[in-house]
Amino acid sequence: MKSYSNQRKVSLFFRYLLLTILAILWLIPILWIVLASFSYNDTGFISTFFPEKWTFQNYIGIFTNSQFPYLHWIINTLLVAIISATLSTFIQISVAYVLSRLRFRLRKPFLQIALVLGMFPGFMSMIALYYILKGLNMLNLGGLILVYVGGAGLGFYVAKGFFDTIPRSLDEAAELDGATKWQVFTKIGLPLSKPMIVYTALTTFMAPWVDFIFSGIILSTSGDPKTYTIAYGLYNMLSSSKGSATTYFAQFVAGCVIIAIPITILFIIMQKFYVSGITAGADKG
Amino acid sequence: MFKRKGHVPPKASYKEVWSKGDAADKLSFFFMGASALKNKQWAKGLSLLISEIVFLVWFIFSGASALSMLSNLGENKTKKVVFDQAQGVYVTKQPDNSVLILLFGIMALFLVIGFICLYVTNLRSTRANYIKKRDGKHIATNKEELASLLDSRLHATLMFIPLLGIILFTVLPTVFMISMAFTNYDRQHPIGFSWTGFQAFGNVLSGDLAGTFFPVLGWTLIWAVAATATTFLGGVLLALLIESKGIKHRKVWRTIFIVAYAVPQFVSLLLIAQFLDAQGPLNTLLQNWGWISWPIHFIDNEAAPWVARLTVIIVNMWIGIPVSMLVSMAIIQNLPQDQIEAARIDGANAFQIFHNITFPQILFVMGPSLIQQFIGNINNFNVIFLLTGGKPMNNNYNGAGSTDLLVNWLYNLTFGQQQRYNASAVLGILIFILSATISLIAYRHTTAFKEG
Repeated sequence: MKSYSNQRKVSLFFRYLLLTILAILWLIPILWIVLASFSYNDTGFISTFFPEKWTFQNYIGIFTNSQFPYLHWIINTLLVAIISATLSTFIQISVAYVLSRLRFRLRKPFLQIALVLGMFPGFMSMIALYYILKGLNMLNLGGLILVYVGGAGLGFYVAKGFFDTIPRSLDEAAELDGATKWQVFTKIGLPLSKPMIVYTALTTFMAPWVDFIFSGIILSTSGDPKTYTIAYGLYNMLSSSKGSATTYFAQFVAGCVIIAIPITILFIIMQKFYVSGITAGADKG
Repeated sequence: MFKRKGHVPPKASYKEVWSKGDAADKLSFFFMGASALKNKQWAKGLSLLISEIVFLVWFIFSGASALSMLSNLGENKTKKVVFDQAQGVYVTKQPDNSVLILLFGIMALFLVIGFICLYVTNLRSTRANYIKKRDGKHIATNKEELASLLDSRLHATLMFIPLLGIILFTVLPTVFMISMAFTNYDRQHPIGFSWTGFQAFGNVLSGDLAGTFFPVLGWTLIWAVAATATTFLGGVLLALLIESKGIKHRKVWRTIFIVAYAVPQFVSLLLIAQFLDAQGPLNTLLQNWGWISWPIHFIDNEAAPWVARLTVIIVNMWIGIPVSMLVSMAIIQNLPQDQIEAARIDGANAFQIFHNITFPQILFVMGPSLIQQFIGNINNFNVIFLLTGGKPMNNNYNGAGSTDLLVNWLYNLTFGQQQRYNASAVLGILIFILSATISLIAYRHTTAFKEG
C-alpha cells in the first residue's frame, strides 16, 4: 500500500510541476506587458524583458499627452458604451423574449434568416455602413452607437437560451388569471431574467472598449483624435507611432494596461456566463 | 408542449371582400385604411392612410427615379468636359456617383417591399373586419386595437425597433455588398461603375486574383483546422489536468489561464507582436542565454512563411486554450462518474479512460460549438491582423501576405492600395458559401448522430 501512495505523491508532484510551467508560460506575456509599461524608453522599442530603467512617467505621460488625448478617449468610450449598452440590452432582451416565449407566424423564418445573416463576414457590410452613415452625416460617435445598437437584434442567442429554460406554465398560469402578454413580460419575464439582463448589459458595455475595426472605419475620417474611442485611439497610436511618435511606445503600453485591467476583471467575474454563452449557441432553433 | 395551430383557411377570399364588401371595403383596395377608418379604428386607419400618401409622394418625386437608375447605375461613367449653355463656359462634369445610386436604389427597393407588406396587412385587416361584420361579430374598437399591441400582437410591438435596426444595419448593407460583387467597382472605376455580371467572380476564381485566392483559401482551411483542433485538444487536456485528483485551488489555476483570454485582444496581440519581434525581448533573452546567435524572425517581414504561420497558430493556442478549458471544465464536472468508476475497477488506465470515455463525451457535448469555432476561425480577422498584419509579404500574392486569411485579404482589397471593392464583395460571398456549406454538412451530420 505504501508504494501506491508514493506513486500517487509522485504523480501529483509532476502534475503540479506541469501546471506551474504552463501557468508561467501563460503569464509571461502578461507580465512583460505590465513590466514594459514601467520601463523608461525613448526609442519606441522595448527589447528587454525587465525594464533597464524603471519609471512611472509613462502613466503620467499618457494622461497629459496632447497628441493622443487619452482622457477624451475614455470619456468618449464611456459615453458610447453606456448608451449602446442601455439600448442594446433592451433590444436583445426583447428579441430573445419574443422568439422564446411568443408564437407568431414569422418566428421560424426570422430565426432562419438570422442564422443565414450571421454567416456573412461582418465587415463585408462595412463599406455600405460607411456610406449610409456618410449619407446621414453621422460619421461620428453617434453613428458608432447606431451601428452597435443596429446589430444588437441578432445577438439574441444566449438570452433566448436562458428564456427557453423558464417553465412556460408560469406564463400560462398568469394568462389564465387574465394577465395580458405585456404584463406577463414585465411582471414575470423581466424579473426572472435579471441575471441575463446583467450579463447582456455587461457584454454590450464591454464591446466598445475592445472594438477597433468598426470604430476605426467610422471615426478615422474626422481625423480629430479627440473624437476617437479608446480601442481605435490606442491602435492608431501604435500604428502612427511607427513614424514620428516612436517615443510614445511605452506610454501606449501604459494606456493599454490601464484599460485592460477593468476589462479583465469584468471578464473574470462573468466567466460562468461565458460558458453558457458558448454552449447555448449549440441549439439554435 | 407548444401546439402549433393548424393552418385554418381564411373564411373569405379577397374576391368575396371585393364583390360583397361595402364601399369602404372596396375603397381599402385603393386607399389603405379606409375600412379601418369606417369602423372607427382611428389609429390604424390613419397610420395606414398617411403611410400610403407619404409613400406615393416619395415614389413619384424620388423613388421611381432611384429605382430606374438602378438599371445602369448612372449615365455618366467618366469625367467629361461639357459646354454649359446657361453660363456660356466649359465645365468639367463629374461622373455619376454609382455607389450612392446603388445604395439609394436598394433602399428604394426595400421601401417598395415594405410598402407591399403594409398593403397586404391592410388587405388582411379589411378582410378580418368584413368577416366579422358578415358574421355579425363584434368589430374591435380603436381602443381594443391599440390594446392588442400589448397582448396578442406584443411580438410586433417588441420586434419593431430591433427589426428596423437589423434591416437598416445588417440586411441592407449585406444586399448592397452582394450586388457590388456584380459590378466593376474598383480602382479604375472609383466613382462611376456599371453592372458586369459574373466578371468579378471570374477574376477571383480564374483571373488575375486566382493565384492568390486558392493559396489563401488553402491556408485559411489549414489554419481553421489547426486552430480549432489545437485549442480544443489543449483545452480539454488542461481542464483534465486541473480537474484531476489531488489538485487544490482549482479556481485560482483556472483564473490564471483565463487572464490570457480576458485581456483585450488588441492589447495582448499587438504587444505579443512586439514581444516576438526580431529585436524584441524574446530574441534578446534567447541570445543572452546563448541559445541562439542570431535573432529568429518569427512574424516580421523577413520571416519564413511557415515559421510565421506556425507562430500564429501557437500564439492562437495561448489565447484559445483557456476558453476551451473553461467550457471543458464545466462539462467534465457534469460527467457521470459511474462509467469512469466502472472502467477503473475493470482495470482501465488513465489513458484508456480518457480515450474511450471522457473524450467522446466531451466531444459529443461540444460538437456543435466546435463547428461554430471552426467557422469563427475561418473568419478570425483579429489574430492575424493584430499579430502579423499578414506578414511576411508574398510576392506571388496580389494584396495579401503569407499569413493573411480570406477575411484579411477581403479587408486589404477594400481598405488597402488595391481598392478592388468588387473582388472583396466576391470574397465575402465565397466565405459565406464556405461557412454555410460547412455548417449545413455538420448540422445534418449531428442531427443524424442524435437520431441514430
